[in-house]
Formats: sequence, C-alpha cells, structure tokens
Amino acid sequence: MFKLGSTILKDLRILTRDRLGLIFMFVMPIVLAVVITAVQNSTFEMLNTNTVPMLLCNRDTGDAGKQLEAAIIKVGMFDLKQVTPDITVKQISGRMHAKDAVIAIIIPADFTQKIKQKANSTAKKALHNFGMQTEGVITDTTSIQPITLLYHPVLQESFRHSIQGALRSSLLMVQNREVLKSLYFALNETGLPDSLETELMSNQVAINEIPVSRDGSRNIPNASQHNVPAWTVFAMFFIVISLGGSVVREKLNGSFVRLKTLPTSYLVALVSKQLTYLFVTFVQAAVVFSIGIWLFPFMGLPKLDLPADITGVVMVTLICGWCAVSYAIMIGVFAKTQEQANGIGAVSIVLMAAIGGLLVPSFAMPQSFQFVMKLSPLHWCLEAYYGLFLEGGKFKDVILNIIPLLGITLVIQLITLFGLKRKNLI
Amino acid sequence: MSKAAVSIHNLGFTYPHQSTPCFSNLNLEVQEGERFGLFGPNGAGKTTLMNCMTGLLQFREGSIQLLGQEITHHKKSINRLFGFVPQDFSFYQELSPVENLAFFGAWSGLPKQEIKQKTAELLEVLGLTAVRNKNVQEFSGGMKRRVNLAIGVIHNPRILFLDEPTVGVDVHTRHAIISYLKKLNEDGTTLIYTSHQLSEAEDLCNKVALIDDGKIIAHDTLGQLLTDHKEDGLEGLFINLTGKSYRT
Repeated sequence: MFKLGSTILKDLRILTRDRLGLIFMFVMPIVLAVVITAVQNSTFEMLNTNTVPMLLCNRDTGDAGKQLEAAIIKVGMFDLKQVTPDITVKQISGRMHAKDAVIAIIIPADFTQKIKQKANSTAKKALHNFGMQTEGVITDTTSIQPITLLYHPVLQESFRHSIQGALRSSLLMVQNREVLKSLYFALNETGLPDSLETELMSNQVAINEIPVSRDGSRNIPNASQHNVPAWTVFAMFFIVISLGGSVVREKLNGSFVRLKTLPTSYLVALVSKQLTYLFVTFVQAAVVFSIGIWLFPFMGLPKLDLPADITGVVMVTLICGWCAVSYAIMIGVFAKTQEQANGIGAVSIVLMAAIGGLLVPSFAMPQSFQFVMKLSPLHWCLEAYYGLFLEGGKFKDVILNIIPLLGITLVIQLITLFGLKRKNLI
Repeated sequence: MSKAAVSIHNLGFTYPHQSTPCFSNLNLEVQEGERFGLFGPNGAGKTTLMNCMTGLLQFREGSIQLLGQEITHHKKSINRLFGFVPQDFSFYQELSPVENLAFFGAWSGLPKQEIKQKTAELLEVLGLTAVRNKNVQEFSGGMKRRVNLAIGVIHNPRILFLDEPTVGVDVHTRHAIISYLKKLNEDGTTLIYTSHQLSEAEDLCNKVALIDDGKIIAHDTLGQLLTDHKEDGLEGLFINLTGKSYRT
C-alpha cells in the first residue's frame, strides 16, 4: 500500500503541475457544456418561443391569399415582414443575403382563383361520388401554381423541414376551407356560416404530451438535461490527451526503464494512474454538474436537475470514468510518440462520440450504424446517464447499459496488458 | 575467496527482427567489490550487455547470475540487489529531488523513515540540499546527473550498474561523482561501469573488459592489460585492441 500511495502522490503532483493539462481537463468540459447547451437551447427556443424572420410577398389579391397569410401568422413560428407584390425574386434574394430574413414565401397572383377552381371541382367530384350530381364525368384540369419558398443556405435541413411542415398545414387549411365552402354552397345554395366554418376548421382533438419517465414525473427534459451528461462523458474520455500523453512521456523519458529495474511491478503504476485519473474524471463530472445546477440559471440557461438516485449517478460516473481512463492508458501504451497519442486519442474519441450518439441521437442513426454504435463505450455511458437524467431511472434501470460498458472496459484492460507484455513493459 | 557479483555463462542474445546475434557464448565474471569497467567502440554491445544484466532485455541462451541468483528465475526480487544509473535522465523532471527520491525509494522497497534518512544523506553528499525542493527541470545537466545517480543508489544496492554516468558534465561534477562512486565501492558496492571517458575510467576502474563485435576481447586488471599489450594508457590499449576504423 505504501508503494501505491507513493505512486498516487507522484501522479497527483505531476498532474497538478501540468497547468495546460488541467485547463484541458477542466475548462474544456465546462466550455463544451455551456456552449453546446446554449446553442441547443437557443435552437429549442427559436422553434418553440422565438420566431423566424420571414419575407412574405403576396401577389394574390383574393381571399385565399389573405387566409394563407392569416394561417401562417397563426402558426406562430414566423416573424412576418410583408413586401410589395411587384418585388422580384432577385430583390427578395438580395434582402435575404442582407440577413433581413432566412426564408421568404411568394404567393402567386392567381392563387385565390385557382384554389377556388380546384375546390369547386373537388366538391363536384365528391357530390358526383355521392350520386347527387348527374352532369357526367368531371375532369379536373386546374393546376395551381406552387407557392415559392426561398430559404437561406444557413438554414439546417431539419429546420427547413419543420418550416415546410408548418406551411403545408397552413395551405391545407386554406384548401380545405374552400372545398368546404364549395360543398356547402352546392348543397344549400347559400354561403357557409362563419360559426360553422370556425367549428369545422378548428382542431377538435388536442395533443397531450407526456414524457415517458421511470419515476412517473412529468417534467419535460430541457437542453441541459440532454447536453450536460453528454458532454461530460465526452470530456471524461478526452483525458486521453493528458493521460495517454503522460504514459508515453514516461515511456520515452527513461523513467520507465528505471521502473523496470526496480523490485516493484509496473502494474502498481497502472493501478495508481487508474485511481488518480478516475478521481480526475469524477471531479470533472462533479464540476460540470455543479455548473449546470448553480451557474446555468444565472446564464439564462435551463437548470440541470439531478436525478433522484444520486448513488446511481455516482456509480455511473465512476464506471464511465474507469472506462475513459482504461482507454487513455491503452492509447498511451500503444502510441510511440506523444503526437501519436494525442492525434489518435483525440480523433478516436470524436469518432466514438459521433457513432455513440453524442452528436446525432442514437435513434436517428442509420441501420448500418446500429451495430457499430454499440461498440462505442461513449454510447453506453450516454445511455446510462440518459436513463438517470432523462428517464428518471435508478441504477438498477441502467444496469443493461453498465454491463456492456464494463465488458468493453475489461477488453480494453486486457488489450493494455497484452500491449505491456508484448513490449516487455511488465 | 571473493564471490562473483556477476556471472555470465554462454550468453546468447539476438534482437528481434535481426538475424545476426549480438552475443553468442559470451562469458564474463565480475567479482564482488570490484570497480569494473566495460569498454568498447560504439555498437560493440556494452549497453546491450548491461541491459541483459539488469533484466531490461530478455535473453534466451545462457545464464546471468547476480550474487549467485539467476536473474531469469527471480525477476523482481533480484532487482533489490542492484541499482541502475542509465545514461538518460531517468526520473520525473516535474518533481523535486526529494519527491523523486521519495517515489523511487518506495519503489525500491524502502520504508518511509529510511527513505527520509537516505534522501537527506544523499542530497548532502551530492550537493543538492539547497535545491532539494526545486523542480528538477530547472536544474543544470550536472545537477540532473547527480539526481540520476542518487536515485540509483537510494536503496544501498550491492551492485551498481552505471551507463555513462558522467556524460555531458563539467569537471567539478565529474570529480564529485567519481569520488562518490569510490566511496560507495569502499562501503562494499560493486561497480559495473561503461563510459567513453577513458581517463576517468583509468581513475575509477580496477578491473577492465573490452568488448568488440559482441565478444570480450580483453579482461583483466588495467595494470596487467597495459603490461601485456605494452601500452601506457587505456586509450592506447583501446585503439590497439579495437583498431582505428569507424564503427556504426
């Protein structure tokens, strides 16, 4: 124990004197968690509370154009800026390049006329099908000129799709209203009463959103709950830069040679490194979580709510940390230079984060990646944290994520031992 | 009759991925209490032989015994018997001499109290007391050499392997190191030393072996070798036996 204690003390001394390494280990995860949470939170707010600036060029003078305008406003997603009907597409593009708006819509001049024609023909078809009109076969030759949607290239695809969805729903409202009016007129030879129109066109069924949590709580997870655990895992694994580099430095600076000639197994040094850096990863997680809890609200970011099972969080943090430390040591053992350890370590962590679901949600991964994803330890760390932070689970609920994580850690340890043996280091 | 500190029998060693062996059937004996110098041109096999003797390289043929114990059979326990001072600075530059000695002392199997006592003693003898708590990376080359030596002897080894312990140091440091090594030897430590500083070796060593191309080509007291080969110094003897051509 004295040897192990002395080795841990030595490792801690070296660690605390490496200021750049400390900055990398502690400042980087804080910056990552703050920046990514802030970015994701603003995207979330943009979609849910803020509005997207939109230029609207309504070249139509009829009701349908106005109804479409009203429907778009009702969506609540857009900050509408009306532009004159005679504006050209080039001029609209110019205003968009000047960051006046990120999307623009042009409603064609004959929009109302065509919508009404289309509605009439649809209504007649319906009546014909009901056997109420006998004017022969109705052929619909009306083609409606499309609504033009211009978008700035900075607009992400997912965001563009949600805008398209909102527009389609607005268009459908206008089209359905006209069809209803036509049908009503054909049946009653009077206009559709406003009260009935409102009733028919309003949503009758509400959507009740319930987050599926294990503890029965109905708290909707915020950007902090998603991002803080994810980027904490990333930061834990990024100690490969410090720890992997430290193992390589030790090998290269000759102290390794000296250690091999002393009557103590190098395994003591490995255990010491694992314990020292496990402590570091634990402190990393504690610091980032503390910032999420106490500092985020002051920065205008949603507060991180710790799960009820604190012991579970501690256990998951320790196991994730152990895996991260094991991985870093393995890289250090196999790398021949510090540059190799840093390069391979950093790139592999980013890759494992990408395939592990840190950058793209795991459910959105293509089928071909589903197996590869399971090989990434970061995936299992993330799933375990999500089980606690998002699903409100306890440690026993995430045990199925912990078992593969321990398995991967064991494999990494065995590979490390094999590497040490092969290189005659133990 | 003195006991053999190091006894090498029919040693054969080939580096992996090399077809030509470094040594084959090499025999050498160093008696306890000797100040033994191993010399030879670059690439002759000095460091390789020292690495085999300290267990850093694993050999498949022959045997090496330290104080009667086969090194391949006793792996870690035999490491208590010897100290090693490599040519490279083999310590942690981020730590102070006291911290380095505390760590390496523990790894050498010394108890806490003994480490404290030996550290104070060594720092005093090697003139490092004033800088005991400074980080070694701030030290001059000579000071680092003394730290390197102090770590190698903290556990009072019975055999001390020294691979060019004075390379790159000034005259004062060299004198201090050589004096200390002689003192260690007087106290019973067998010294096994390699260097290219032949004048220094003449001063330190009482037994000499010359190695060339993986073979021991001469092994005796320095005086006897000089007489046998009619030379008046180690440098002349060295050139006489190994030739003047460049070595790789």
